[in-house]
Amino acid sequence: MTTVHRFGTAPITCHSWSGDSKRVAFSPNSKDVNIYESTGGGSGWNLETKLDKHDLRVTGIDWAPKTNRIVTCSSDRNAYVWVKGVDGNWKHTLVVLRINRAATCVRWSPEENKFAVGSGAKIVNICYYDSEYDWWVAKHIKKPLKSTVTTVDWHPNNVLLAVGSTDFKVRVYSAYIKEIEGKPSTTEWGAKMSFGNMMAEFNNSPNGGGWVHSVSFSADGAKVAWVGHDSSVNVADAGNGMKVTKLSLSLLPLLSIVWISPTSLVAAGHNYVPIVFNITGSGDLVEAGKLEETKKASSGTTSSAMKMFQNMDILGQSDSGAGTTINTIHANQINEVRTGGGQGKPDWVSTCGGDGRLVVWNLSSLASKMKHLNI
Amino acid sequence: MSKNTNSSAFRQIDVDKYSEDNYKEELDNEPVPAGPNENEIVALLTSNRQTEALKNVLANSPIGNRNQVVKDASLSLVLRVLLSFKTSQIDEAVKQLDSETRDVLMKYIYRGFEVPNEGSSAQLLVWHEKVFALSGVGSIVRVLTDKKKV
Repeated sequence: MTTVHRFGTAPITCHSWSGDSKRVAFSPNSKDVNIYESTGGGSGWNLETKLDKHDLRVTGIDWAPKTNRIVTCSSDRNAYVWVKGVDGNWKHTLVVLRINRAATCVRWSPEENKFAVGSGAKIVNICYYDSEYDWWVAKHIKKPLKSTVTTVDWHPNNVLLAVGSTDFKVRVYSAYIKEIEGKPSTTEWGAKMSFGNMMAEFNNSPNGGGWVHSVSFSADGAKVAWVGHDSSVNVADAGNGMKVTKLSLSLLPLLSIVWISPTSLVAAGHNYVPIVFNITGSGDLVEAGKLEETKKASSGTTSSAMKMFQNMDILGQSDSGAGTTINTIHANQINEVRTGGGQGKPDWVSTCGGDGRLVVWNLSSLASKMKHLNI
Repeated sequence: MSKNTNSSAFRQIDVDKYSEDNYKEELDNEPVPAGPNENEIVALLTSNRQTEALKNVLANSPIGNRNQVVKDASLSLVLRVLLSFKTSQIDEAVKQLDSETRDVLMKYIYRGFEVPNEGSSAQLLVWHEKVFALSGVGSIVRVLTDKKKV
């Protein structure tokens, strides 16, 4: 159902699974990237390698499933592409991004021939491999980004890119590189797809505010979903005249969102638990439920009286301390949600958090247990 | 010496304000509501239709209006309406509002906290509790993140 993996006490800032889901690469809020290999079943892990080339905190990791390459980006304004050699060692190649601020997020494109890096320099880098000179070329998308790019996600056609930023907007750009690919066919987002062309722009909130924390294209590419710091979930539908559906939540802001089916999303953030959202037939967004049942704080009568006096003595608290116990699997905010397994429809989602835990949530068993989720 | 060295006013300029890298606000030229009509609200209050007065004053709030005077005038009107409710009526009134209006109400409650009069904070705290029960922490987060202030 849910498997909890603990990797020490340091928060896990970002993580990515290998194609066969046997290995996971993550960064424990430091300049290192740890690759762990699972020792068959259960939650045993072997530290396979440490990728230690960055000078500052690693902010993004992405593992390309088909070509088995890892790209990492960091606050030191660099990105490295790691390829596993025949001897089992990971060899790195520096990608010159030409930015003067930290890189914040990185994603391989669906075909894995290019990747996008967002940065605090108000620039998105699209990097592709130039075999003539054996290096990765970086092209810049600048206009009209006005502030730090926090999140990027690719459209399934390998050309369009959704970009979320701290200027409170989500934009869809074309990242078409004519040197490595043929002309893409027209999509619902528009016909003109020259490099850097902005296809659509969405404001996070009519009241103007809220950094965009995470953006995600649906599997068919017609919809893009994002979460903002104004505690909202939004879905923009290009197939329906760029209509934006917004759901304002009564919870703390969410930090990461992924699609798990054409009509369901899973998002997680400062509330410590992943939440499922469904899109109803009429196009509305509804909150379907948490992926975890809220456990009631256990309070036996005799123990709570003793606990109360103990707390009064030791901690100076006059209640039974129920407010300080955490009832969820994650004990700190969830930094990233990733999907995996299954063909077309993901089997599981994994979350990494500020408590150093990596939790894998098995969707099919959770769906049968909590029928109201409607996954 | 030449004349232009006399003035040292250039030393008072804050150079960082003019840096190109600074984030520039987009100037929307959308029309903003000009605020509720005071006479209407007072009339509704005196005829004891407080819930209607509340809905009216929140629906016409000058959100995003750049004129501070208009916003201050609306704030005092809203506070008058909020303080005219009896504690027992507050719950019922809040339940009748939709979620967007509750967000606006939460913004006014926090603005009201900034200017404490006698007894106003206690009443505002009751309002806060009722709105929080329905809109949760999300509405408080929106008070902090929304750029269009009330």
